[in-house]
Amino acid sequence: MNGTLKRTAVACLAMFALLMINANYLQAVRASDLEEDTRNQRNYFERYEVQRGRITAGGDVILAQSVETDKGDFRFLREYPEGPLYAHVTGFFSPESESGIEKATNELLDGSSPDLLLRRSIDLFTGEPTRGANVDLTLNPRAQKAAYDALRQEGKRGAVVALDPRTGAILAMVSLPTYDPAELSKPQKQPVFQRYDELAKDKSQPLLNRTIDRTYAPGSTFKVVATAAWLEEDSSRDAQTPVEAPVRLSLPQTSHQLPNYGGAACGDGRPPMVYALEKSCNTPFGKIALDLGYDKMLEQSQKFGIRQRIGIPMSVAPSDIGPQEDPAAIAMTAIGQRSTQMTPLQMAMIAAGVVNDGKVMKPYLVNKVTDAKGDEIDAADPQELSEAMSADNARKLRDMMVSVVNNGTAKNAQIPGVAVGGKTGTAETAKGQPPHAWFIGFAPAENPKIAVAVLVESGAASVGAEATGGGVAAPIAKVVMEAVLNQ
Amino acid sequence: MPAKRRVAQLVMLAFAVLIVMVAYANVGLAIDEQIPSGMLTYGLGLGGLMLAAYLVLARFAPWADPLLLPLVTLVNGIGLVMIYRIERGGEDLASATNQLIMTGAGVVLFTVTLIALRDHRALQRLTYTSGFIGLFLLVSPLIPGLGKEINGARIWIGFGPATIQPAEFAKLALVVFFAGYLVAKRDVLALAGRRLLFIDLPRARDLGPVLITWGVSLGVLVMQKDLGSSLLLFGTFIVMLYIATQRTSWVLIGILLFVGGAFVASQLFDHVQQRIDVWLNPENDELFRKVGGSEQLMQGLFAMGAGGILGTGLGQGHPSLIPLSFSDFIFAAVGEELGLTGVMAILMVYALIVERGLRTSLSARDPFSKLLAGGLSFLLAWQVFIIVGGVTNLIPLTGLVTPFMSQGGSALLANWVLIALLVRMSDAARRPPPQAIQNEGLTQVFQR
Repeated sequence: MNGTLKRTAVACLAMFALLMINANYLQAVRASDLEEDTRNQRNYFERYEVQRGRITAGGDVILAQSVETDKGDFRFLREYPEGPLYAHVTGFFSPESESGIEKATNELLDGSSPDLLLRRSIDLFTGEPTRGANVDLTLNPRAQKAAYDALRQEGKRGAVVALDPRTGAILAMVSLPTYDPAELSKPQKQPVFQRYDELAKDKSQPLLNRTIDRTYAPGSTFKVVATAAWLEEDSSRDAQTPVEAPVRLSLPQTSHQLPNYGGAACGDGRPPMVYALEKSCNTPFGKIALDLGYDKMLEQSQKFGIRQRIGIPMSVAPSDIGPQEDPAAIAMTAIGQRSTQMTPLQMAMIAAGVVNDGKVMKPYLVNKVTDAKGDEIDAADPQELSEAMSADNARKLRDMMVSVVNNGTAKNAQIPGVAVGGKTGTAETAKGQPPHAWFIGFAPAENPKIAVAVLVESGAASVGAEATGGGVAAPIAKVVMEAVLNQ
Repeated sequence: MPAKRRVAQLVMLAFAVLIVMVAYANVGLAIDEQIPSGMLTYGLGLGGLMLAAYLVLARFAPWADPLLLPLVTLVNGIGLVMIYRIERGGEDLASATNQLIMTGAGVVLFTVTLIALRDHRALQRLTYTSGFIGLFLLVSPLIPGLGKEINGARIWIGFGPATIQPAEFAKLALVVFFAGYLVAKRDVLALAGRRLLFIDLPRARDLGPVLITWGVSLGVLVMQKDLGSSLLLFGTFIVMLYIATQRTSWVLIGILLFVGGAFVASQLFDHVQQRIDVWLNPENDELFRKVGGSEQLMQGLFAMGAGGILGTGLGQGHPSLIPLSFSDFIFAAVGEELGLTGVMAILMVYALIVERGLRTSLSARDPFSKLLAGGLSFLLAWQVFIIVGGVTNLIPLTGLVTPFMSQGGSALLANWVLIALLVRMSDAARRPPPQAIQNEGLTQVFQR
């Protein structure tokens, strides 16, 4: 029997060899395919294994944090103590994806960034678990809260974004309607996907960050850019230089005419520039743009940052004045209509550039990144994006905008004892739709602390006329500016 | 002449217990960040148990193979740790305490077998009794009032709250029966019949026992929906028939019968056909979503994939995602947390146990011992192959326990008895033969 026993032994060895070869095939060759299979729930368990870093505002207000749990497969759960207030900034951390800062700084937060290599090596050596880095944002909690409350009181969709004009640090970023990021950051797929579906299908688009993800016609606020181009063309021009301001401006190669609002006259037909801006006449700016031409208007807009890919670190939808069309189109561009499409952030950058002696700073949200031990890994380094105007011309324009708040359409933005500058806007959208209300501005004019852009979608429904931007948007901006100035 | 190697055995045993203790501490550190509080009692318990087994072995089977007990201790211990870890992962059906108690009972049964059964050849006299007991145990779950159906398979009998899987014990009884029967009839069975092409066909009337075993295992398959046990029994019988008769034709006939039977079964029963579909296309999404489809298998494969080469580490995987992670799929849970490295090591331990069993069989001095040891060793190898091969999708998945690792008292007790039998036989095989009286002055040897 020993012969057959030996053959049986060989057969047994062959069986074990087959099992081993198959295990090698599974765990070495096919492992990555199996790991990537969408039905493999481990893919999103791992997201909850690492203690993800905190997101804070102003150093101490916690916007997002990971809290350890003691049961089940999810070790750390994500919490958002401030709820919907910062939703569009922090974004969410769902089982399979993330958004906002959670997405843009994901590698820092989950500790996988190359910048954290040293920290990870030390942790490996000392046997401590890897922890994500903490991200501190530039947001000013008071300004954020003020913007959120003021915009919410209006009861409309809209956006508020505020910058520190001298650095580009973003002080407030509010978009309404909003959502609670906690609802989208539970580890359970089913309820999260269901809630996400509801939000995605909601016509009011609560998931959209209106400050950077969407562009709007800027309306009369864009006259600031036209004025900048006009000043830059000839350094002898200033606020008192008269401009042509007919009741109706004939547009070339078309029978259309550009009127002032309500067909009104603009002063005596040759008012000083500052008057045209204060009253937000249309025809002088149309005329200016026609004289400058498309290229110069485009150049000036680009100097303020349009058509640039900007990451704050979330990527910002590019703003544009549109392609060169018929000669008449540029007159409409000057008053922020036709193909002119700006994000609220871009409009805030324009106000900030004017008050910062013509220098547009690159906007940013991340103030500081520290590892779990508190050691600094990265800190904000304010950078100049471009020089939009000469310092001289910038001061002329700045003073004209102060005049708009003191004497013109933006009186609602006045703050006693502070030189506030600004420009209102009312942007017509589709026919039959109420126009959007805009305000861009800054305070104080000397040593500026804040530049702000406010957009209220269809905000002009209740209040009439060109004063809309001043009636709806300017008071919101005022509250936000006060929140920053009164600190 | 083989040595007793008692010190080596004790050191290996201590090492096996140490590995298990380190693994246990590892689970605690990973989950609670501290050494489990039960570490000392657990360690002393397992260590004491194995020391007792060793002492009984040293007293009652001093020449036994020194590797068997430490190897079995290692897989049994790793199984315990995995069940503890799976229980901690939130699986309500997993209970490390129960498994530890059953391990204790298994070791008691091991020592009782060693003490009570001084000469395993006594079993040869019980050939037909064993066959009867084996068949009765096999069909007992079908007896109304006694049998219980759990998870769609009618393979349990219950006394009040306690349930027993009699097939686990039936396997042992039937292997004893096969060994006794084949030793008695092997000359008849080995007698050449007609020669067709290159194969010696047996005589038709000698096919009887083969056909009966085939019928019984098909009956098990059909009545109890227990594919695994059916395949296990039939395969073991065919191999023992081959060992006894030294005729390849039996293996070929056996394979043909099984394939034929399986084909008919797959045509008649959906669950058999579905197992084959799952085996061929486990990743098919439709099958994945189907009730009783490929999801269970894929979850096991996902776990093995997640483990990769080095594994996630004990306590750091997700066994809760694997259905039946504590019983049929425990090997997938091992694959995730210990990785390919752990999987290879454990397969190697099983291979060593089987190899030591077959070595015992080779060196045994009588045909019954050879067949019994060979049969039991193959039974173990075949069982590991069927369940591990099934879980890793090498072959169609059929439910079986992973010997010594899966949770379940019946299998654990039966397998400890199996090891006791191998130890008993290895003791007999390695024991030096009694000294022949060599006094040529008194005895004349005549030769014709």
